[in-house]
Amino acid sequence: MNVQLIQGNRASALGALAAGCRFFAGYPITPSSEIAEIMSRELPKVGGKFIQMEDEIASIAAVIGASVGGLKAMTATSGPGFSLMQENIGYAIVTEIPCVIINVMRAGPSTGLPTSPSQGDVMQARWGTHGDHPIIALVPASVREAFDLTVTAFNFAEKYRTPVILLMDEVVGHMREKVELPEVGPEEIVNREMPTVPPEWYEPFGNPASDVPPLAPFGEGYRYHITGLLHDPRGFPTNRLDEIQPWIERIFRKIDRNLDEIAMWEEDGIEDARVLVVAYGATARSARQALKIARARYGRKVGLLRLKTLWPFPEELVERLADEVQRVIVAEMNLGQIALEVERIVGRRKVVRVGRADGQMVSPEQIVDAIRAPRPQATRRAAPAQR
Amino acid sequence: MKRHDQGTYEYLRHHKKFPHVWCAGCGSGIVMGSILRSVQKLELNQDDVAIISGIGCTGRMPVYMDFNTMHTTHGRALAFATGLKLARPEMEIIVVMGDGDALAIGGNHFIHAARRNIDLTAIVVNNSIYGMTGGQSSPTTPLQAFSATAPYGHIEQPFPICDLAVSAGAAFVARSTVYHVTQLDSLIEQAVRKDGFAVVEAVSYCHTTFGRANKLKSPVQMMHLLKDNSITVQAAKKLGDELPEDKIVRGVLHDKEKPEFTELYDQVIEQAHGPLPPRKRKVRRGWV
Repeated sequence: MNVQLIQGNRASALGALAAGCRFFAGYPITPSSEIAEIMSRELPKVGGKFIQMEDEIASIAAVIGASVGGLKAMTATSGPGFSLMQENIGYAIVTEIPCVIINVMRAGPSTGLPTSPSQGDVMQARWGTHGDHPIIALVPASVREAFDLTVTAFNFAEKYRTPVILLMDEVVGHMREKVELPEVGPEEIVNREMPTVPPEWYEPFGNPASDVPPLAPFGEGYRYHITGLLHDPRGFPTNRLDEIQPWIERIFRKIDRNLDEIAMWEEDGIEDARVLVVAYGATARSARQALKIARARYGRKVGLLRLKTLWPFPEELVERLADEVQRVIVAEMNLGQIALEVERIVGRRKVVRVGRADGQMVSPEQIVDAIRAPRPQATRRAAPAQR
Repeated sequence: MKRHDQGTYEYLRHHKKFPHVWCAGCGSGIVMGSILRSVQKLELNQDDVAIISGIGCTGRMPVYMDFNTMHTTHGRALAFATGLKLARPEMEIIVVMGDGDALAIGGNHFIHAARRNIDLTAIVVNNSIYGMTGGQSSPTTPLQAFSATAPYGHIEQPFPICDLAVSAGAAFVARSTVYHVTQLDSLIEQAVRKDGFAVVEAVSYCHTTFGRANKLKSPVQMMHLLKDNSITVQAAKKLGDELPEDKIVRGVLHDKEKPEFTELYDQVIEQAHGPLPPRKRKVRRGWV
């Protein structure tokens, strides 16, 4: 049995290796640096490559380059570095190059509070790069889940030819837990589809039934063009509306139509709930404790929806669960980012924000107070931490 | 007589991609021709060659060439190429950049790729201006020249591209102009052949934007300027201290053997993992 006492960052690195990651490029930044350190030691052992680049922009660029060369590739960073990566994340979306970006979130904006925890990059993960685009972002709440979701992140990246963002908060990244790491068998690993047609028929950005065209690595006889310009099925730049429109529709459709697989969540005590708490990452751990207190001590009927997939946002799920309750509390380590999504779906009057951005975790008591409050406080901004 | 460009036709994506975007009389196409002739001379397999570019007029070059081609983000071509090279060490990767692309927004990647001495061929097409965006000053715009953002004359010093590459650690550094095509062919060929970071500065011009602002509207005038204003390395050496500062010295400026990054990384893997199966070697037909 493979039982270890490790931190989330290590679990994530091990998850990447188990998923078949063979390339890492990164730049040191707390609280994510352990991932780079572990990859620099472990990758050469399995024939993989590690490189420390000159900045985060170069890191994500090298990751995309290696993925074009056929390797499963990832980088890890934190808020400031994640901001620098945004342009090239957009490039990976447009060129449909699979890669994984781990962002161990710390308190911002700017250099912020190094390195206190935060969940402040949730909206940046969604809208950080310019232009309209789909994105997948996953968020683990425990060390074991950091391992599992990193494997899933690679699987989604390869299956849907898209960058996948793993949003860890500093709490999960640096927290040590006793975990039993599973053996990840080949049947649990997804590899990108390779073309089966002769090179002259190959359309790297074509329109197959699955909406995800096969991706040939460079150097294998399929010579094609990759560009950040909007392109036709062969990859050549185009400004023809009849080529652009189907392309835009397809890159959204390939994510949207697979929402059933991509959206992952956990429900707790929602059967009889009159209040629903929505939380994710480390904050979901506080929420779970708050649930226990509110039920045992105050007899409140509370349920928890813990999101593992933040983007694409599971709109129908939230809508369905919120219909059954009187109030929805959104707890997060920011001043209301996922709350914006929940308010959009549920309506502002039913939603209570519990958040803080001062580098401290949302405490169970804070959530219990919100559960016990007589009626939704009409807060536009979450109140600053009151302890 | 054998035509100079004979045989390079097969390296072009002629079905769909022409006419090209460059202005009539532009030097970019000449550099592209030089790259194709070098690849042809080295008898490289098209599947083993990748051309990576950034953004700008030069950034559009790969789309016309029938290799593995990638048009990346502004300034980042070398960083993308670094990842690809590590994934596919057996490939010949040629990175084409403009002066703004390589030295302004991409300056950091340029010096670090040189420092790392990774086996890439970096071709900097230097036209002293941002052409595609309409003729703004670039890091190589000469002092006192006029541009769209220097209407009173440029007051910054230009970057000496080759000196920078040498000091940053490049293994091979050479320079020529789009007038001296035969020499450019040979320099690019040597650069591709070099196992290490190789830089070729291809001095070009932009008659459309730079020329218009500086009374050099015709490409012919520009060509004459390149011809009259350049001097070979050998002749420059003879002149010694008397070499005028504005002369374009053309030829191989620096050629040094030093350990290459991907080969060193193979040693790291052997240390951590044990002996590896032999790496797929580069195909080097036609090499003397």
